Amino acid sequence: MLLRHTPKEISERKALTINPAKTCQPIGAMYAALGIHGCLPHSHGSQGCCAYHRSTLTRHYKEPISAATSSFTEGASVFGGQANLTQAFNNIFTVYNPEIVAVHTTCLSETIGDDLPQIRKKAITEGKIPEGKYVIGASTPSYVGSHVTGFSNMVKAMTELAEPTGKKNGKVNIIPGWVEPCDMEELKRLTKLMGVGTILFPDTSGVLNSPLTGEYKMFPAGGTTIAELKSTADSMGTLALGEWCSADAARQLDKQHKVPCKVLDMPFGLKATDRFIEALRTIAGVNVPEEIMTERGQLVDLISDMHQYFYHKKVALAGDPDQLIAMTEFLISIDMCPVHIVTGTPGKKFEKRIREITADMPFEVNVKAKGDFFLLHQWMKNEPVDLLISNTYGKYIARDEDVPLIRWGFPILDRQGHQYFPTVGYKGGLRLLEKILSAIMDRKDRDDPETKFELVL
Amino acid sequence: MGAAEKLVQWNPTDIKAELIKKYPPKVARKRAKQIMINEALENGTPEITANVRTIPGIITMRGCTYAGCKGVIMGPTRDIVNLVHGPIGCSFYAWLTRRNQTDAGPEGPAGENFMNYCFSTDMQDQDIIFGGEKKLEQAIQEAYDLFHPKSIAVFATCPVGLIGDDIHTISRQMKEKLGDCNVYAFSCEGYKGVSQSAGHHIANNQVFRHIVGENDEPVEGKYKINLLGEYNIGGDGFEIDRIFKKCGITNVSTFSGNSTYEQFATAHQADLNAVMCHRSINYVADMLETKFGIPWIKVNFIGAEATAKSLRKIAAYFEDQELIDTVEAVIAEEMPDVDAAATEILPRTGGKTAMMFVGGSRAHHYKELFDELGMKTISAGYEFGHRDDYEGRRVLPHIKVDADSRNIEEIVVEADETRFSPRKSEEELKALEEGGLKFKDYEGLAPDLEEGTLIIDDLNQYEAEKLVELMKPDIFCAGIKEKFSIQKLGVPMKQLHSYDSGGPYAGFKGAINFYKEIDRLVNSRVWSYMKAPWQENPQLSGTYVWE
Repeated sequence: MLLRHTPKEISERKALTINPAKTCQPIGAMYAALGIHGCLPHSHGSQGCCAYHRSTLTRHYKEPISAATSSFTEGASVFGGQANLTQAFNNIFTVYNPEIVAVHTTCLSETIGDDLPQIRKKAITEGKIPEGKYVIGASTPSYVGSHVTGFSNMVKAMTELAEPTGKKNGKVNIIPGWVEPCDMEELKRLTKLMGVGTILFPDTSGVLNSPLTGEYKMFPAGGTTIAELKSTADSMGTLALGEWCSADAARQLDKQHKVPCKVLDMPFGLKATDRFIEALRTIAGVNVPEEIMTERGQLVDLISDMHQYFYHKKVALAGDPDQLIAMTEFLISIDMCPVHIVTGTPGKKFEKRIREITADMPFEVNVKAKGDFFLLHQWMKNEPVDLLISNTYGKYIARDEDVPLIRWGFPILDRQGHQYFPTVGYKGGLRLLEKILSAIMDRKDRDDPETKFELVL
Repeated sequence: MGAAEKLVQWNPTDIKAELIKKYPPKVARKRAKQIMINEALENGTPEITANVRTIPGIITMRGCTYAGCKGVIMGPTRDIVNLVHGPIGCSFYAWLTRRNQTDAGPEGPAGENFMNYCFSTDMQDQDIIFGGEKKLEQAIQEAYDLFHPKSIAVFATCPVGLIGDDIHTISRQMKEKLGDCNVYAFSCEGYKGVSQSAGHHIANNQVFRHIVGENDEPVEGKYKINLLGEYNIGGDGFEIDRIFKKCGITNVSTFSGNSTYEQFATAHQADLNAVMCHRSINYVADMLETKFGIPWIKVNFIGAEATAKSLRKIAAYFEDQELIDTVEAVIAEEMPDVDAAATEILPRTGGKTAMMFVGGSRAHHYKELFDELGMKTISAGYEFGHRDDYEGRRVLPHIKVDADSRNIEEIVVEADETRFSPRKSEEELKALEEGGLKFKDYEGLAPDLEEGTLIIDDLNQYEAEKLVELMKPDIFCAGIKEKFSIQKLGVPMKQLHSYDSGGPYAGFKGAINFYKEIDRLVNSRVWSYMKAPWQENPQLSGTYVWE
């Protein structure tokens, strides 16, 4: 057994996290920053942070992840990292020439109290940031929140660039949250079909799914442009997808520039996608086109076709709050039973929301924010499930407990395709259903005795 | 690509100039000293600057001290609970990502295996403000209560050093309190040193101080060695152990692939230390010699020829005909398969070129395998090597100790009062040296590379891209961060830290695996698909009529 030391008996742990279902803020800030066109993320701290974040993002997206670091030494840790960051600006703009540098802090620079806005101001005064170039910054101490918080903080920092012209642009801002590049592309396809002009930010499509052509571009064609980010202040409103990932930025735009906002769940599954389309329809005052009606009908059709295989199957889930909320609702909508749910990201609201969604179910749901994979495994030992949905780390539990696993979320380190096949929207719903059915049926075909092994199912 | 065509003859001076042309003057001056054009001098090689600070803002390949300590050295120990004291990230990123393989055998007390677990105190802001000592103490207790491991290792991440949590005192107190669990700590904060290298040193010191020599129960075996600096990535250690077993050599302890606490604790009973990765583990080799009298030799099991040579060195050391004969028999038995693979593959790889920028020894080791494939190494360097890894240990007395290195503890080791026992007398060592066996010696990478080869320390992303554009190697080797920017250029990239999903590449079977892997990479059809057919003839002079 791979996790041979995990006991069934659950004992309370106050200080020890085992097999975390989260990681730290800066990696989320780095991913978000890659969704700005021409942006070089910069990690203000010791160089190991940057190396780890780049490695993890590379392993997940299978794409080059460029990011710079302040490369703190012991001296910088004692005297402050100002000199390192100013020097870094100079080198970055000379050697790589990005449009914008998005700086995030680390536990190191936060603990010593480096003041990012002040350092930036000084760098501007000293001419270290060339004319027409931009620097934004987010405070992302690793000892607060999780990678999701870091993503949210960097997206919020992007609103610093918003610059009202006094003239509305007729567009809707959409903040997609931490989803795959293909999910961002799919959201753009849906809004285009709806006939709604949008500014999607951040947007990693075209950045983290770039083609192989024999040329390497440190700054690929995709990403939200600075002009678009400026223009977010002139938009009709903002749709923030996900309370944890996206709401802070939307509220900031509302507060700063009176751009009204609506916070929705991430559009995974039928109902959340319905709410997303409905919101677009009402905000922009458009009709839902036939194509989208067809897509919705196809999803409903597949649910009805597959329902017999899903009914009352038990599922365990680990992942990030916004994704889990939408997925829990989706699973219930197809009459599956999500019984164990953990996220590593702290927040009482998460547990409350999950309890609301599962309130009518004929079972008690185990849910924990600030949970970990170790706890999830113990729950599964006590009440076995038919399916596990999590990132790649779930494969150790899946093998030990002999439960099928669907890889969904971040990071996925051992499979590919997640960058290219969206799971948002109605079409994404089809893909989720296909994955769930295949996982369950593959297992059935493996386990059935010869007499029960059937051609037609 | 215009410039590239002009440089087909690869004048190294021109390439060097091209690499540093775009830098601000200060950066260019510093990098110039870290880019060396190899030449054979009368008394060795030209001097390279290495193990110096990374330049802020320059996209480096390097990681941190924590990565070197927890990730590299202690990560592969399977029955020690490696508890990371800090915010969650550091522990998360080092969780199973280096592909160290482990075999703990069946379950039960002997089958302890914590490799698949990730332990962290997940420090929160209150812990940073009020101190994390209580939480660490509690976490150690909880880990002990849950798993009853024989040992718990505590690792400090950046903020721990800054807020002053005394991890060593807590570890000592918990060791006393728990009674049957050895608890010790590593002050391996990420900001120390200039790269992973400082972390290796810190790990070596603490393993030596707290574990090595703890168990005097005799280890059986006729030819007892330790294998130092082998991390069982992709199963390398398994293959080397297979060969040792066949030769009748007892591997008391591997530092640290698939290792156990007891292996470290009994390491002082070996009669020879065989050092693979010189950079990461030479400190332990030196300390074992000083304290217990065990000599060390440099070995390399990457490459079939290198493996044979290393086995012969070990046999020569023991001066025992039976071992010498067995080793020759094993080599004779293993080599036909290797030769067959090489004969088949060589026509497809011969004459091709490779670049390697990995680690602190790997770039050197893998050159052997590329030699066997008939491929020329046209540029190489280390991510965290020191001058001695390039120029050989003879430069050790001349290496300037800067402020960053001075901050890393040097522990003073003396001969053990009761257990120091020189395995060979001075005369015996001298006689063996005269016979060609070199003790406590490593000649470095440079003498093994052709004249005019560009040796580059701490290569960064910008230089890597330039180098590939200018010299167009057939394969480039580095780590995961570098993989896809190189491949976007249409050049295959092989990870030599974690081997992508491959391995083992050590030993005889590993050599065959590597031949096949490189054959696949350099001859893959995919690299011919970069341009669409219409891009070859983009100009349409008119419309064409269907026929």
